[in-house]
This record gives sequence, C-alpha cells and structure tokens, in this order.
Amino acid sequence: MIPLKWEKRLQEYLKERENWLKELYQTGSTWEGRRKFLKMSAMAAGFAATQSFVPHSFQLVDVVNAATPDSKQQAFTFAYISDSHLYEKTLNERFVRQLERAVADINALDPQPDFVLYGGDLAQLGQPGELKLGAQILKQVKAPLKMMVGEHDWFLDMGDLWKELFGKHYYSFDHKGVHFITLMSVNEKDFWTAKNLSPMQRMQIVSGLDDGRQSAFEVGVEEREWLARDLANIPKTTPIVVFSHSPLYKLYRPWNFWTDDADEIQALLQPFQTVTVVHGHTHQVLTNRIGNIHFHGMLSTAWPWPYAPQGLPKLTMQMNRPDPFNQTEGLGDGIIDVLGNGRVNKRYDLWNRNPMSVTAKYLDSNGQEDLPAKTSLPSY
Amino acid sequence: MNKVQLIKLIIICVFASVVLYQSHKVEAQEPVQLPKHAPAKTDGQSLVVQLCDGETNLEVKGVGPNERLDPEKAQTVSNQLMAQWLAKQPKEVAEAWLKESLNARTEAKTTTQENKASTTGQEQVVDFTSRDYKSWERELAKEIAYGDQIFHDDKLLGSTNGVSCAMCHPHAANTHPETYPKFQIQLRRVALLRDMINWCIENPSRGAKLHPDDPKMRAIEAYILAQRKGVVIEPGKH
Repeated sequence: MIPLKWEKRLQEYLKERENWLKELYQTGSTWEGRRKFLKMSAMAAGFAATQSFVPHSFQLVDVVNAATPDSKQQAFTFAYISDSHLYEKTLNERFVRQLERAVADINALDPQPDFVLYGGDLAQLGQPGELKLGAQILKQVKAPLKMMVGEHDWFLDMGDLWKELFGKHYYSFDHKGVHFITLMSVNEKDFWTAKNLSPMQRMQIVSGLDDGRQSAFEVGVEEREWLARDLANIPKTTPIVVFSHSPLYKLYRPWNFWTDDADEIQALLQPFQTVTVVHGHTHQVLTNRIGNIHFHGMLSTAWPWPYAPQGLPKLTMQMNRPDPFNQTEGLGDGIIDVLGNGRVNKRYDLWNRNPMSVTAKYLDSNGQEDLPAKTSLPSY
Repeated sequence: MNKVQLIKLIIICVFASVVLYQSHKVEAQEPVQLPKHAPAKTDGQSLVVQLCDGETNLEVKGVGPNERLDPEKAQTVSNQLMAQWLAKQPKEVAEAWLKESLNARTEAKTTTQENKASTTGQEQVVDFTSRDYKSWERELAKEIAYGDQIFHDDKLLGSTNGVSCAMCHPHAANTHPETYPKFQIQLRRVALLRDMINWCIENPSRGAKLHPDDPKMRAIEAYILAQRKGVVIEPGKH
C-alpha cells in the first residue's frame, strides 16, 4: 500500500504528464507526431488493440521503370515474404498473425506481382506443426509461390518434411528473360554426430543466432557443382537473380551472417554481366555490392535483427532502429522491380514506417546517386 | 427488497470482494527470498557463534550471549569453527582449501613485505591476494553465465510464447544498457535497464515480470552489462 502523500504526489505527477502529452499531440499533425500518437493510443488500449488483425495494404508509390527499347526482356515485378519463424498457433499467435498480414499485403498489390518468393525460415524449430501451418497460410497467396528453405526449417529432420511439402530445395527457372536460381545455402558441417546430439538439440543450436556451437553456413560441394552445370549454358548477358537464405558473402561470423563458400559462389557468378542476390536470414534492410553482384537482404515478418557490430557493407543504409514498444516495427515484406536491363529496384515495405527503396541506380553508382533515406536512429 | 434479492446482493458483494482481493494480490509483488542462515540454537545462557555457512555452530562456554569476545578469544573461536567445518568436508575439498589458504597467506606476507620494501612512503599497500582476484572473477563469471543461460532460454525466462531475449538481441545487441536511465514516454517515467527487461518479459515474451531483486533479474543485468564492457556510459541517450 502506497502511503497517502505519495499517492497524492503520484497523481499530481501523472496529471502533469497527461497535460504535457496533450500538448505534444496537439502539435502532432506531422507523420512523426501521428506515429507517436498511434503508439501511445495502442499502449493505452492495452494489448486488445494488437489482438485484432487489421489487414494493411500499401499504396504503390514506386514507379515501375519501363523497359528501354533495346532491352531483351520486359520489366516485371515480384514480391517477397521472409523469415516468419512460426511456432504453433497455440504457443505464439503473434508470429502467425504477422505472416497472415504479409500475405494480405501481397494479395492486396494491384497489379499482382508475377510471383512471390518465400525467403526461408518459415518455421522456428522445424516442427511438423509449424511447417504445415506455414504451408496452409502460404496457400492463400494469390500469385505463384517460389519457396526457399532456411536453417530453421531444415535441421530437425534435415529437410525431409520441407521437401515433402514444398518440393526441391534448390532449383532454377527462367522468367521473362531472367535466369532465376534458388539455393539451399544453409548447410552446416556435421557438429552433432560426434557430440551425440538429438535432432532437437541440433535444431535448437542452429536456431540460436549467437550459438557458437554450430558450424558456418555453406552452399556445399554438391550444390556448387550443380550451379556450375546450371550456369554452363546460360549466355553471359542473361540477367541472373539468385535467391539464397544466407547472404552469399562474409559479413559477421558470430551470427552466421555468413556463407563459408561465398568466394566460390561469387566466382561462378562474376562472369555474368548482371547478377542480383536476394537473401533472407538477416531480418533487415541490408545492401551490398561486390564487383558485378548486387546483394539485397529481406525483411522478416517475425522480429528484426540488430545490425552486425562489425563489417557492415558501405552501401548499407540502415533502417531505423526498431521501437521495442511497437511489436511490428522493423518488420514487413516488399516488392522487387526487375528493370528492362535486368537490374532490380528493391522496395522494403516496412510496417508502421515509410517504405524504403534501394535502387539499381544507387548500387550502380556506388552510392553516389539515388540515395535511400538516411537513418535517424542507427543500431547500437 | 425481498429476501431472495437480499441474498443475491450479498452473494454478489462477497464475490466482488473476493475478485478485488485476488486482483490486488496479483499486483502485489512477491518478496524475494534471499539466502538466509538458520538461527543458531542457544539455551540463552552462553554465546553461540555461527560460521558463515549457516550450519556450523559453536557454543562458547563461560561467555554470556551478549558478552563481547576479546580479539584473541575471537580468533580461537574462529579457528575452532573452521576446524569443525573442515572436518565435515570431503578430504579433497579440505586439502584444497588448506592449500589455497596457505598460499594466500604466504602471498600476502611476501607482497606486503615487497610493497614495504619498495615503498617511498607515498605508495599505499594493498593486501589483496590472487585468491581475492580469482574469487571475484569466478563469482562474477558465474552470475554472467547464469544470465547468459536465461537470456537464451525462453522457458527459464518464463516466456509463454517461445520468445527468448536472444531472439531479438544476439549477444545482447541493441539492449544498450549504457543509455539508462532515460525517460521513456511509454513507461511514463525515467526507466532503468530492469524496467525495459521487464517490459520485454511481459510483452514480446508474454511472461510474468521479475522482482527487481530476483536472482534472474540480477543475472540478466549482469550478462547484458558484461556484453557492453568498455562502451561509454551515456545516460539518457535515445
């Protein structure tokens, strides 16, 4: 029981606060002010507000670049959803709602994208209930779906169920003049047999981003050989887009923001004039360019990761540090416009924030032109 | 108002007060049980001294319960208590302790002498031995390791939806303990690190918040702070 005089002082303090807040909101006609206000209202209403699922669709503001007259293929758009990390609905409804929100976003796109890439880590611990739930939700995607596998989907049964539900874990296809390659890039060297770990123990170690007991991600020999064969008959002028769960470059080993045989993969891709890698795993706006290859990270629908404390690529314009008081901050989905020249403009549709565009022009000019909006709150 | 209505009203009142009482109980914070020594058994006639293990007692014959021991007698009592404790330990524990203790004493002696020999009359003499440094390091490491464990284990944290701290904060990244205390408008007060820890436990992790003195809270703080060693302290930074 609080003594009476303290209770009185607390009341006075709260009243003072209240007035101050009122003043703040009166000036809050700007976007920033409105956002603060919305956050506060949500707080005041408790979590009842977050319990109801409101589908949210974005106005398409990006101008799809028209194909240049001499280009070999027409411009088109595809969308992405990634890293949903589903638990079963009874355990964690929030992650389920967030994937549903992304599906609703993508389904609301008009015109519809040519296809939708799912970027991996559909499940959190590779459980049958998690993967099947994910498959069920993704069935609602109206556009054709291209699936990619992540380490959270894989290391319980080494991909058995995932393959049963979604098919091949690495494959290529051609679409409107672009050669697409989907890799399984989260193989790890066997760290479990010698330690006699159970499948669940193995899964849990891999699921810990900062768990140093696991090996580094790699594409592996078998798949590299397949990739070399796949690329052998593709003209060097054909634009290549690679989907990979891990980044396909070496960013930060302690969090496996890393692909151990990235150099070998890059060597296979370098002869091609126009190469783009779209990856998951890092849960953030992440941009890199190595030689001819442009790299783009994808947003997660589950939670955002902080930026790696070292080795952040120079071309990465950080997204604002997510606000912990808003649980869908730093999350989202997005679209990728494939331009007439085979390069891509990447749009991050961040929930609760303005979308961020990272264009081919920005990367081609090495960050000199078409800069994305700067962050006001960088990662710590 | 007839009898039936009156009975109904009474039932409602009783029910409401029970509910109110219950909800009040939920809000009240459970006091944390810190390790406590069992009181030494005494007949009230003579002084009983207890060792810091909380188990080993010694009755000092001929000294009243409120009487003061002179330093010499106190040292004897202390030695006797330690002897009793050693006798209870397994052989290897007792031997290791004796060896460590002897080393520390020898070391203290030599360092003190060395310090005295080298002193110019300006320097201060420190009597800490390597055993002191080792025990500080060991105890802190234990606390940090426990915090590390809780930070990475949703069940240990008390999360009800599978969300652990490390899922958003690998190596405690973006926990920025060096920026607290700071005013947090959503909490309507100046927040300490533990307030944010509790916010995260209650919201993203859907668990029950921890008492500020809960061993788990202390360990989580220790882990987070240890991860930010060397970072400039900037209270209020957003």
